[in-house]
Amino acid sequence: VVLFSPHFRIRKRDDFEDVLEERRRSSDLRYALRCYTPTLYKGLVPCKVSMLKSIVLQSDHLQCVIKQVSSESGDSTECVAEEASLILDEMAHRMQLSTVRFFVFTLSKAFKRLFRSVCVNEEGIQRLQQAVQEHPVVLLPSHRSYMDFLMMSYLLYMFDLPLPVIAAGMDFMSMKFIGEMLRMSGAFFIRRSFGGDKLYWAVFSEYVKTMLRKGYAPIEFFLEGTRSRTCKSLTPKTGLLNIVMEPFFKGELFDVSLVPVSISYERVLEESLYARELLGVPKPKESTSGLLKARRVLSEDYGSMHVYFGHPVSVRSLAEGKIKRSQYNLLPRYIPQKPSVDTHEFLNDAAFRLVRIQEENMVLKPWVLIATLLLQNPDGMDLSSLTEQTDWLRHLALAFGAFLDWPDHEACSEVISCSLALHRRLLSVSAGHVQLSVTDAPQVETTPEEAVFQRAVVVLSCASYRNQILHVFLRPALLAVAMQSANSSRKDDIYNCFNFLRNMFSNEFILCPGDSVQDFEEACYLLMKRGVLQVLEHEIVMSASGQSTLAFLCSVLEPFLQGYQVVCRYLCEETNENLTEKEFIPAVRSFCFVCGSVNCLHTRSCLLLVLISVSTDLIMHVLGPALFCYMCVCHHGIRSPEVL
Amino acid sequence: MASNSSSSSAQQRLRIIAGHLQKRPEDEHASVAAQECKAETPRSNPSSAAPVPKRRQEIMKWNGWGYSDSRFLFNKKGQAEFTGKRYRLSGLILPSLKDWFEGTFGANLQHKSPATPTVNLSAVAPPNLNEPFIEDLKAAGVAASHDPEDRVFRAHGHCLHEIFALREGRIGRVPDMVVWPSCHSDVEKIVELACKHNVCLIPYGGGTSVSSALECPHEETRSIVSLDTSQMNRILWIDEKNLTAHVEAGIIGQDLERQLNEHGYCTGHEPDSMEFSSLGGWVATRASGMKKNIYGNIEDLVVHIKMVTPRGVIEKSCLGPRMSTGPDIHHFILGSEGTLGVVTEVTMKIRPIPEYQKYGSVVFPNFQQGVACLREVARQRCAPASIRLMDNEQFQFGHALKPQVSSIFTSFLDGLKKFYITKFKGFDPHHLCVATLLFEGDRGKVLQHEKQVYDIAAKFGGLAAGEDNGQRGYMLTFVIAYLRDLGMDYYVIGESFETSVPWDRVLDLCRNVKERIVRECKERGVQFPPLSTCRVTQTYDAGACVYFYFAFNYRGLSDPVHVYEQVEHAAREEILANGGSLSHHHGVGKLRKEWMKESVSGVGLGMLKSVKEYVDPQNIFGNRNLL
Repeated sequence: VVLFSPHFRIRKRDDFEDVLEERRRSSDLRYALRCYTPTLYKGLVPCKVSMLKSIVLQSDHLQCVIKQVSSESGDSTECVAEEASLILDEMAHRMQLSTVRFFVFTLSKAFKRLFRSVCVNEEGIQRLQQAVQEHPVVLLPSHRSYMDFLMMSYLLYMFDLPLPVIAAGMDFMSMKFIGEMLRMSGAFFIRRSFGGDKLYWAVFSEYVKTMLRKGYAPIEFFLEGTRSRTCKSLTPKTGLLNIVMEPFFKGELFDVSLVPVSISYERVLEESLYARELLGVPKPKESTSGLLKARRVLSEDYGSMHVYFGHPVSVRSLAEGKIKRSQYNLLPRYIPQKPSVDTHEFLNDAAFRLVRIQEENMVLKPWVLIATLLLQNPDGMDLSSLTEQTDWLRHLALAFGAFLDWPDHEACSEVISCSLALHRRLLSVSAGHVQLSVTDAPQVETTPEEAVFQRAVVVLSCASYRNQILHVFLRPALLAVAMQSANSSRKDDIYNCFNFLRNMFSNEFILCPGDSVQDFEEACYLLMKRGVLQVLEHEIVMSASGQSTLAFLCSVLEPFLQGYQVVCRYLCEETNENLTEKEFIPAVRSFCFVCGSVNCLHTRSCLLLVLISVSTDLIMHVLGPALFCYMCVCHHGIRSPEVL
Repeated sequence: MASNSSSSSAQQRLRIIAGHLQKRPEDEHASVAAQECKAETPRSNPSSAAPVPKRRQEIMKWNGWGYSDSRFLFNKKGQAEFTGKRYRLSGLILPSLKDWFEGTFGANLQHKSPATPTVNLSAVAPPNLNEPFIEDLKAAGVAASHDPEDRVFRAHGHCLHEIFALREGRIGRVPDMVVWPSCHSDVEKIVELACKHNVCLIPYGGGTSVSSALECPHEETRSIVSLDTSQMNRILWIDEKNLTAHVEAGIIGQDLERQLNEHGYCTGHEPDSMEFSSLGGWVATRASGMKKNIYGNIEDLVVHIKMVTPRGVIEKSCLGPRMSTGPDIHHFILGSEGTLGVVTEVTMKIRPIPEYQKYGSVVFPNFQQGVACLREVARQRCAPASIRLMDNEQFQFGHALKPQVSSIFTSFLDGLKKFYITKFKGFDPHHLCVATLLFEGDRGKVLQHEKQVYDIAAKFGGLAAGEDNGQRGYMLTFVIAYLRDLGMDYYVIGESFETSVPWDRVLDLCRNVKERIVRECKERGVQFPPLSTCRVTQTYDAGACVYFYFAFNYRGLSDPVHVYEQVEHAAREEILANGGSLSHHHGVGKLRKEWMKESVSGVGLGMLKSVKEYVDPQNIFGNRNLL
C-alpha cells in the first residue's frame, strides 16, 4: 500500500509480460473452460446474486429512504418499495460463470486478431492478489475505449482473481442481447443522470455498498465517468468514489483498497469516431447491430495494448488526518448524510490524485512523440528531421518521467517507420516527407467546409495521441508559457502567471486543486535538472541552451491557448445574453470560420489549428474560466493580458 | 480529637461484631457464593480478617499485581502453576498454558526477562519535605511516613509503563510523603493544613488505577503528599429498614463485601479489581461492577457521598433516594479522579445476599451471533447478573487456564463435549465464541431466568456449555493481572482497555480495533503477531461495554513500552472513530486526557474546569488528572 509522495520523483515501474503469447499457443476453448479458482477476500460473506437483492431491499438505509419518499410523495410505502425493487432489477448484474466463459472464449479470439500483444505488469497482479484477500477492492481503470472493461474482466479471469462487478452506463443496456450478456458477466447499469432522484440514489448506493461490505466482488468503475474522447484524462467524478469510501468512513469496513489501472492503446479502436464526435457529429447509439457493423475493426492492426495495475491505495491511509470519522458518531448510520464540506474536498482531492496515478502509469508509445511533433509542424517534416527531433523529444520526455515503451535495441529510424506504418491512415509519406493527411477518403472535395472537416478529423485523431503525453509536459509547459507572458524574471511574477494559467486550465487538465505551489516547484525542478533554467532565490533565469526546450513547451500549450482565446473573443464580441448550451457550441464553431477568413490567420493550417482546439470538449472546458475573464472584461474594461 | 474518633469507631466495630455474632445466618453456604473466584481469607474468625496494612509492601508486590505469595510461574518441568493458597487456582498445574503462551506470542521459556528483585532505594530521590506542614500534621496526630518504600509503592498504578519501569528498577517522581488518615476529621485536618502550607495532595485508595492517575506530575514543584485512605475502612452503620450502609471510603471491595456478608448483606458491586480497589476509588472513577445488571453501577449504588475539598465538605442534607435539586452534585464528585477532594464516607445501597447463584455458559458458532444474542437479551431486558461474550481468541485463552483434570473420566467427558460442538454441531473451533453467565436470586426465579436466556441463545445458534466454562471465564478476569506479570517474565507485555458503544456499532468497533492493533504492531516492527482480543462485558439498553486485551512479544524492540503506547494510542483513536466512548469505567487520568475536549466538547470541559477553579483554586489536589 502506497501513500502519495508529496514530492516529485520518477518511480520505478514494473516490467510487462505479454499475456496473449500463451493464448496463441493453446486452445482457447479449453482455456475458457478451465478450472477457475479465484483468490478470495478473507472477510467474504458468501452470498448469492438473488440474496444480494433482498439484502439491499431490506437494508435499514433503503427502508428509511422509502419511508421518506413515501411521506413526501404521498404514495404508499409498498408502492415506493415496489419502485425500488424495479430500479434494482433494472440495475443489478446477474453474474454467471458460464457467460464469463463464453466471453473469455470470444475475447481470446478477438484480442488475438486486434492486438499484437496485450502487456500486463505481473507484479501489479500479484499486489492485487494480495490486496484482494486483505480488504474489499475497488478497481479504477482509465477509460479510453469500450475495450477497457472487457479487458479488465478478461485479465482478472486469466489471473484467477475475483471477477469484478462493473458500473456501466445505461446506454449498453439498450443493446439487445449484448446488454444482457454484459449483465451476466458482471456489469450493472446506472442511469446517466439521476441527480434529484432520492430513491434511485439510495438503491444504487446501497447496492454498491452491500457488495463492498460483503466482499462480494471487486467493484469496478471509471473515475472519469465516461470514455475520454480526447485521450486526455477527464476531470474525475466523486459520486461513486464517495459511495465506496463511505463504508470505511462509517467504520463498516476496516479499509478499502483502491487500485488505479492504466490501460493504454497503441491505436485506439474508436480513434476517428471520437474525432467526429468532437467535431459535433453525434455519437452513434450503442446497439447490437451497430456492433455487428463495426466488425470491420477486427480486420485492422491495433498494435499493442498495455495494462498497468498500480499500487493499491488504502482509503484509510488516504483519509488519515483528513477525515474525522467521528463526525458519523451522532447519527444512526443508515440515515443518508450528504458529505460534509471537508469530505467533499477530500473526495475531490483523492479523485484527482488517483487520476494522476492513472496518468503516470500510462504507457506511451513512440507514436505519441511523433504525433506531437507532426502537430507542431502542420506542413509536414522531413523524415530525417522527424527522426532527429523524435529522439530529442524522447530524451526530454524520459527526463520528465514519462513511461515510454521504446524498443530497446532498435534504431530510432526503425522505431519511427514502424509507428508510421501502424498509423498510416493518418499520414502521407512521400519522398521522405511526412505529413498528416487524409489518406482514407480520396473523394472529390465537395465544399471547402467538408474538406476542412475531413482534415480536422485526421488532425484531431492525431491530437488524441499527443494528448496522451500532455501530462508529462504540462507543468513545465505552464511554466514556460508563464515565463513568456510574465515579462519578468521575478519568481513571484512568474508564479502568479503560472497560477493564473493553472486555474484557467483547471478543467482542461488534471491539476490537483491546491497543489499549485507543488506543481510550480516540480516544473522548476524538472527544467532546472534539464539545464533549461536557473532557479535563484527570487529569480528564474533561462539558460542559453534552454531556448529550444522552452519554445517546444510553449507550442505544446499553444493550441489550447488559442482555442481559449477564440472562445473568449466570441464571448466578448458576439454573445447575446441568453444563449443556451445547445446553441453555444455550433455558434463558437462558426465564429471560428469567420475568424479564420476575416482575421489574418491566412493559412489553412492556422485555421485548422484553431478549429481543432475549439472542439466540443474544449469549448465546455473553457466556459468556467472564460466566463470569469469575460466578466473581468465587462466590469473593468481591461483585458487580462495573459489570455486575450 | 483523633483519639476520640478512634475510640468511637472501636465502639462501632464492637457493635458490628456483636451484631453478627447474634444473628449468624443458619445457611452457611449462602455467603460463599460470590467469593468463589477471589482470594479467600480464612473464614474461621471473620472479624479479625486483616485490613490493608499501612506497609502494603509486606503482603503485596511492589512491582507487580496483587499478593506477594500468589504468582504464576513455569516450574522446572515447564508447566505453569499458580503459587499460594488464596485462590481456587492456587497450587494447581495448568498444563496447557505453556503451549498457548508459546504459540500465541512466539515466546520461549528459554528467553527470560526477569524483574529487578528489590527496590533500589538509592534510586529514590530524597523527599522534598514541607517542614511546617509536617509539624502541624504531627501536632494533629495523623500517621505519616517518608520511608522510600512507602513512597515508591504509592507512586504508581498498574499501567503497563508504570509496572515495566518498576521491574527495570527505574523510579521516577514519587510522593514525598505518605499520610494515613483514620477518619473523616483526619482528612479535614490534612486538607486544611495542605491549603495552609501549599502542599500537593494525591488521594490513594487501592492503587489499581490504569489511567496514570496516580503518577506524580513532573511539573509539580511543591511537596507531594500521598493521602492513603486504607485506614478509613470501617462500616459505620447498617440501616436494614432502608437497606443502606454507611461506610468509610477507604475500605477495599473484598473487605466491604465480606463484612456485609457477615450481616447477610452485600452491595453487589464487583468490579474486576474488587480485591484491592477501594470504595472511594470507585466513586472517584465512576466504577462499574460485573453484576451491574442487578445492582447497578456505582452511580446507582450511592445514596450519599461526603467529600472533603479545599473549600470545605460537600454533601447532601438528607438520604432521599432521588432529588430534583438542580444538577446532581454527586456527579461532580463521581469521576472527579481526585482532582477536587477526598471522598471520606459513602452511604450505599445494600441487598440481602441472594439465595442462589449459578454460573453458565453458551457457545456460539461465531462472534456475530453472540453479539446478536446479547443484543436480544438486552432488548428483552432479561440480562442475568452478568453476561459476557468472549471472542474466539479469549475463549482459547480461557481454555489454556484449565487446571489439570483429576480423572480420566473428566478428560474423556471434555473430549466428548469438544467432539459434539465442533464435529456434530459443525462449529469452527477458530470462530466459535462463548458467553459466560452468572445468575443470582431465589432458586426458582434463577432457574426460570436461566431457561429464558438459554432459549434466546438457542435462537442465535447458541449451545449451553456448562457451569464450568462460565466460572472459568470469570476467573480469567481475576487472574489476568497476575498473568501479565508472568508474560513480563518472558518478553511479553500487555494491557487491557475498554469502551462503551451503541449496539449497532459493536461488531464493527471490535473488528476494526482488533485489526488496527495487529496492523500497528506490524508497522512498528513487532516481530510476532500480537494477541488482540475483546469481549463484550456489559449490556445496556442502548449499547454495550467492550473490553480489549492486547499483548505482544517484544523481543527485538529497543523501546517496547513506547511501541506499546503508540499502539494503544492508535487503538483509542480507532475506538473514538468508530463511535466508542473514551472510557466506560477505567476513567481518564492522565493517559486519556488529550481526548477529553473532543469527548465532552469545549464547553463541557470549561464547566468542569470552572468547578475545579472554584473548589480548589490553589490546585491542592494537583494530580492533574482529567482536565
